[in-house]
Amino acid sequence: MTTALDLQPAPAATPARRAPLTRLARARAALGPSGTAASLFLLAVLLMAVAAPLLAPYDPNLQSLLDAYASPSGAHLLGADSLGRDILSRLMFGARTSLLGPALVVSVALLVGIPLALAAAWFGGTVNALVARIFDLVYALPGLLLAVLAVALFGPGLVPAVAALSVAYIPFLARIVLAAARQQRVSPYVDALAVQGFGAVRITFRHILRNIAPVVIGQAAIAFGYALLDLASLSYLGLAVQAPTSDWGVMVSDSNALMGGYWLPILAPGVLIVLSVLSLTVLGARISGERPQPYLRRRRAARTSRTGAAA
Amino acid sequence: MGRLVLSRLGGLATTLLLSSVVIFGSLYLAPGSPEDVLFGSRTPTAAARAAVRHQLHLDQPLPVRYWDWLTGVFHGDLGRSMVTGQTVSSRVGHGLGVTLALVAISMVLVVLFGVGLGTAAALRPGPVDSAANTLTSVSVTVPPFVASTLLISAFAVHLGWFPASGIGTGALGELRGLVLPACALAVINCGFLARITRNALREQLAKEHVQTALVRGLPRWAVLRDHVFRNAVPPIITAVALLTSGMFASTLVVETAFAVPGIGMLTISSVAQKDFPVVQAVSLLLVAAFVICNAVSDLVQALVDPRLRTAGRTA
Repeated sequence: MTTALDLQPAPAATPARRAPLTRLARARAALGPSGTAASLFLLAVLLMAVAAPLLAPYDPNLQSLLDAYASPSGAHLLGADSLGRDILSRLMFGARTSLLGPALVVSVALLVGIPLALAAAWFGGTVNALVARIFDLVYALPGLLLAVLAVALFGPGLVPAVAALSVAYIPFLARIVLAAARQQRVSPYVDALAVQGFGAVRITFRHILRNIAPVVIGQAAIAFGYALLDLASLSYLGLAVQAPTSDWGVMVSDSNALMGGYWLPILAPGVLIVLSVLSLTVLGARISGERPQPYLRRRRAARTSRTGAAA
Repeated sequence: MGRLVLSRLGGLATTLLLSSVVIFGSLYLAPGSPEDVLFGSRTPTAAARAAVRHQLHLDQPLPVRYWDWLTGVFHGDLGRSMVTGQTVSSRVGHGLGVTLALVAISMVLVVLFGVGLGTAAALRPGPVDSAANTLTSVSVTVPPFVASTLLISAFAVHLGWFPASGIGTGALGELRGLVLPACALAVINCGFLARITRNALREQLAKEHVQTALVRGLPRWAVLRDHVFRNAVPPIITAVALLTSGMFASTLVVETAFAVPGIGMLTISSVAQKDFPVVQAVSLLLVAAFVICNAVSDLVQALVDPRLRTAGRTA
């Protein structure tokens, strides 16, 4: 009796414990080594941004001119910048503004772009032609120029820069959604659903959108990376995030350190920008289903089939 | 062919006209009055303000002002800078040459290294290809402003080979001043072009007619030249045109980083000073550069590929 009671929870516990493990393993297999590394790096950056007040050793704006250009040491792990501010703390707090901007840009672009693209794909014909033409027109305008114009109108700041870039990124994402949705539109399951009397909104959002989700999410990750680059460039120019606030783009613009020959205050945020965008593009390409190079795939497939045969 | 040229020119004119309306209209909607720039921190009397507004034609309705400006543009008169009082055309004209030289030098670098690297990667699978893949994966994520600061740090501050800011005088001095900015612009674009070149060549190499030609015993170089490269050229041309137009946008960043007195830096400084006549002219110019690049790409495609010459009829 007692043994039976002791044993009873065990079978229930094993699958519960194993399920997340297999899901993790499946995610790792789907992402591949590069994709796994990229998502781990992005998780670390995200953690850094969220927990910046807990993790950062100093106030990011605390100046101490005696420590200006301090080399990396126990007190300042990555050294200090031209005003003696701790670089590591500024990087951590800078991750917040550097990630918030692109997150807003991509969200707005998706919220506006997806319904437009789905409507164009659903109705086809004139609606499709009109929407596609508008996308082409906006797509022809460089986002950076739009953002600079917005700043000319409303003054420098994150809000006008994000607003202008959102407009520029709508066609970037919507064109991809439109192309993928139009492929789905002509597949038999859509006709089957329509015959059963389901409405357009339900079919497009619950079925078509769900089927093209990998492409949309993958491209959104890639767009996030490019929005990060654009916003960092604008902050570097002094047009988006404003100077004392820590931001990776603002940190790169530390011209005193540059001309003084101190490279760490500039290299550190620059490397973070490059690695973040690299991770986002690698991850985005993996999610949206771009295969790695064929010869690599063939070699790996051969290896696994051989080991499979041996086992 | 003539039809295609005409239809592209028509599209060009329409786009420019539309963007001029948008740019002129949006600057009109900007909060604050344009004449405030002239008064600075002083508060003008109502009479003085009215006089200035009249002199700048700001008291006229928007369509009239737009029409005056548009006819002026056709006569080569882009108005006067609110800040310096120089004519806009002289300020823009001076910067335009520098920016065009910068983009041209950079594009030469991009085509040389991008196509070279892409071809090597396509023709040499294995270590060369994966090394090139790693290199391009990283280079497409290095934004021009990071490349600029790294190049300044290494070659201007530490080694002192090139000027860190501004360009010298004379053709040689200007060239020396433009080397680093051109490299900074080229880094990200080289990566893109190398990837596109590699994929275009790989796609052609996998075609059955290429395999057949090789099996028939035609020399490899002849197959590559006549069957692979010739068919791979159109996507590469499209990419070069797109990258060139993107480069004009990037000059905003790179010229500011290196203090190169081109259109890009003029735009940023005019935006900072709220010098609207200059902002109007330069942003229209950048849009024009963008649209012209795309139109030129279509025309060059048609020159390369006879099948595209009739496209004007359907477009």
